[in-house]
Amino acid sequence: MPDLHPWELPRRYDVVVVGGGPAGMAAAVGACEGGAERVLMVDREHEAGGILQQCIHHGFGLHHFKEELTGPGYAQRYLEQVLEHDIDVLTDAYVLDVDASRSVSVLSGRYGRTSVDAGAVVLAMGARERTREAIRIPGTRPSGVMTAGFAQKLVNVAGYLPGKRVAILGSGDIGLIMARRLVLEGVEVVGVFELMPHANGLTRNVVQCLHDFDIPLHLSTTVVRIHGSERVEKVTVAPVDEALRPRMHEAWDVDCDTLLVSIGLIPDNELARTLGVRLDPVTTGPVVSSTMETSRDGIFACGNTVHIHDLVDWVSQESRLAGEGAGAYASGRRQAHDNVRLVPGTNVRSCVPHTITTEREHTVYLRVTQSLAPCTLRLGDVYERPLRYVVPGEMVTVKVRPRFLESFHGGALRVDVVPREEAGRE
Amino acid sequence: MDGTIPIVRTRMAGRAEEVLGMRFDVAIVGAGVVGCAIARELTRYRLTVALCEREVEVGLGTSKANSGIIHGGHRAPDGTLKAATEWRGNQLWSDMARDLPFGFARIGDLTVAFDDDDVAYLQRLLEQGLRRGVTGLEMWDAERLRREEPNLSEDIVAALHAPSSGVVNPYEACFALAESAVRNGLELRTETTVTGIERGADGFAITTDRGTLHARFVVNAAGVFGDELARMVGAEEAGLRFRKGEEYLLDKRLVGFVTRVTFPCPSPTSKGILVTPTYDGTLMVGPTATWSEADDLTTTAAGAEEVFDGARRLAPGISERDCIAEFAGVRAVAADEDFAIGHTRVPGFLNVIGIQSPGLTAAPAIALDVIDLLAEAGLALEVRDDFVPTIDAPLRFAELDPDEQARAVRGDPRFGRIACRCELVTEGEVLDAIARGARTMDGVKFRTRAGMGRCQGGFCAWRCLRLLASSQDVDVSAITKRGGRSWIALPRRDDHAATEVEHA
Repeated sequence: MPDLHPWELPRRYDVVVVGGGPAGMAAAVGACEGGAERVLMVDREHEAGGILQQCIHHGFGLHHFKEELTGPGYAQRYLEQVLEHDIDVLTDAYVLDVDASRSVSVLSGRYGRTSVDAGAVVLAMGARERTREAIRIPGTRPSGVMTAGFAQKLVNVAGYLPGKRVAILGSGDIGLIMARRLVLEGVEVVGVFELMPHANGLTRNVVQCLHDFDIPLHLSTTVVRIHGSERVEKVTVAPVDEALRPRMHEAWDVDCDTLLVSIGLIPDNELARTLGVRLDPVTTGPVVSSTMETSRDGIFACGNTVHIHDLVDWVSQESRLAGEGAGAYASGRRQAHDNVRLVPGTNVRSCVPHTITTEREHTVYLRVTQSLAPCTLRLGDVYERPLRYVVPGEMVTVKVRPRFLESFHGGALRVDVVPREEAGRE
Repeated sequence: MDGTIPIVRTRMAGRAEEVLGMRFDVAIVGAGVVGCAIARELTRYRLTVALCEREVEVGLGTSKANSGIIHGGHRAPDGTLKAATEWRGNQLWSDMARDLPFGFARIGDLTVAFDDDDVAYLQRLLEQGLRRGVTGLEMWDAERLRREEPNLSEDIVAALHAPSSGVVNPYEACFALAESAVRNGLELRTETTVTGIERGADGFAITTDRGTLHARFVVNAAGVFGDELARMVGAEEAGLRFRKGEEYLLDKRLVGFVTRVTFPCPSPTSKGILVTPTYDGTLMVGPTATWSEADDLTTTAAGAEEVFDGARRLAPGISERDCIAEFAGVRAVAADEDFAIGHTRVPGFLNVIGIQSPGLTAAPAIALDVIDLLAEAGLALEVRDDFVPTIDAPLRFAELDPDEQARAVRGDPRFGRIACRCELVTEGEVLDAIARGARTMDGVKFRTRAGMGRCQGGFCAWRCLRLLASSQDVDVSAITKRGGRSWIALPRRDDHAATEVEHA
């Protein structure tokens, strides 16, 4: 970063990217490739990279870089690109506000409270974890109840352990990864308890993190009480019925000093909310176009701020697109308007982006509500294709090519994922 | 002052050895709101005063875990100490709020009637209040109520409005009272549990787990431990039992949904569930009232059901789905349900126990009464001319306008680093809280709001841990949530041997 007067940042950038995690880094690079000359990326941490920096396990980049990297390794690949593109990186800084005229208020110890005008803005703030409070577990409120992500930061970044005997509520990917990580650190992991009848995380994580380490996974089971006045002393768990109500007479106690909570992520989009951007009630992130533009002109969004991804590779891909869109917008090149609105139909919880064009190829990301195998993906009545299996814990990515939609002339397009037989009958 | 916001440094606790054998005029046991208020009143005089607290911070027992209501003064039964202190206490909160920085607002309260019996009860409350000089009481008909509080139930037929009622952030009040008292010379001993008291020829020897101190007078403000303390010295006990109350906090979405503290009429079996807008505007619903152990701070599924059913009866739009946090507190209840304040058969040992609702309201009046009792018992009161009634308000970055924020960061770059993003709390504020006496994660949280928002500490916990550790020059593993064994992180396996000792 150029040596600037201590209280001044350049007043204007073509593109300002809020967040320097995987989404922000890819968006910043994308912005340059989309034609932006001056790009600023703001991150609240001391160094960019976001949550990747605490994900020291491997398994990143298989799709994007065609090799297996650790989280920090993946982040480094992108950081190098960020630096090659002469992107200004402002760390230890926080975006307080973005207004509709794209004036970005930035708070930093180095530059004070200042504002920057942006030709386009990319929101890439990521997500936060759902907490114990979000699901109201009765009992006491001792120390030792923490999100899996916080435990991950403690272990991998700070060099501490969250406890000696750990129970995990929820089978989100971070919880699964942490189960293995803690065992490797010599911590006893007594089990993973999942309310739903299926695991929430990726199948590969269930296998590699739990099965390979003999960590029991209790499906259709939840924590119904937390004990301990100062530190967690034990938790009571109980199986649940079909309506997810605990069967208390079958409850049992699990001795532990720590309860990790891994019950999902929520897009962190306070900025989008205050901007008045239209939100999708299902993803709780912004509604976005095929270039990841929100309902506000020149405000783009990408990554977990928009919808929760399982793989960082897809975050990078989607975010580069957002950056390119923002770069093009800032250079005065508006792209073609979308003419297709994707509507989640049977067994589809959400679709991102929300609109596409029939002109170009698009990657569409789906979440399903129920597991099916084998099954068929249908786009209205114009296109269908077989899928080997779908599960709610894994995002489905679909390339939609212009030729699929040759016979479609725009408007609402329903997206269904149905059992193969059903599709065949019609 | 050119935007420079100095971080104040207040000495909150010296080393234990320093007070070993020290002689005080008065020792107070228990730093809840009552103990803190008494301590601060006493520092107005030329006296040496010690305040012993078993917890690591002040005000984190019953004083923290309650509804935070400053009652109107018309509710306590006639002829009780509660009635004698409630209205005076209510009025005194304005003086305290003028001098000390804590959240306090007179938002008013409503007692609502669903039928004729309830209306008759409101009438009795009104008359009782008028007799005590409570100002502003007014009966509202259904139409007026609808206009003022459109989200309350349509089944309500009348309401008694008490505009003098208010809400306070009770923990902030405790922190401010203690800080003010320390500034005026109070010796505050936290993490100090009294294990024995003996009366000698010239006062009391108070044995603690950190040494012995001596005092001519002892004030028992030990909350749920009140009887235990009285027993140590052979004073009268109050027959304390413990009543637990569960409270549930609702999401910011419901700010403004109900704007006044709303009470139902009590039934023979229950005092009822209230809807309380906290000082910050978020709604709190509760409390339950069940007999419990002194240390039972559990919330229960049954409690949640009772609270939300009760709250919905008052305001049907309230839902469990809006709950963001929950807690429980225990009130110490004397056998006769009244406060137990006064001399005991042990000369010089005063009881100030059984302080349940409306104890928070009454606290400043209780403090003045205790000063009178101490004078009766022979304590000479000489007013100081150097008492400083005020303390500097902590900077609240989120409440500043953009120019003030810019000035604050220029003055100290630590106000330019966000610690908690949900509540927009800066590192500068966290460090200020530590300088003012925060020692634990809860101490930081209740002083700054860091960790109180939607993510409940997911992001800021590490930053706060690090700041707490580095400013006290200890390892992160020594930092607790709220003292005792509430550790948060352990050193890695290689260092386990050392840890076993520490956390054993």
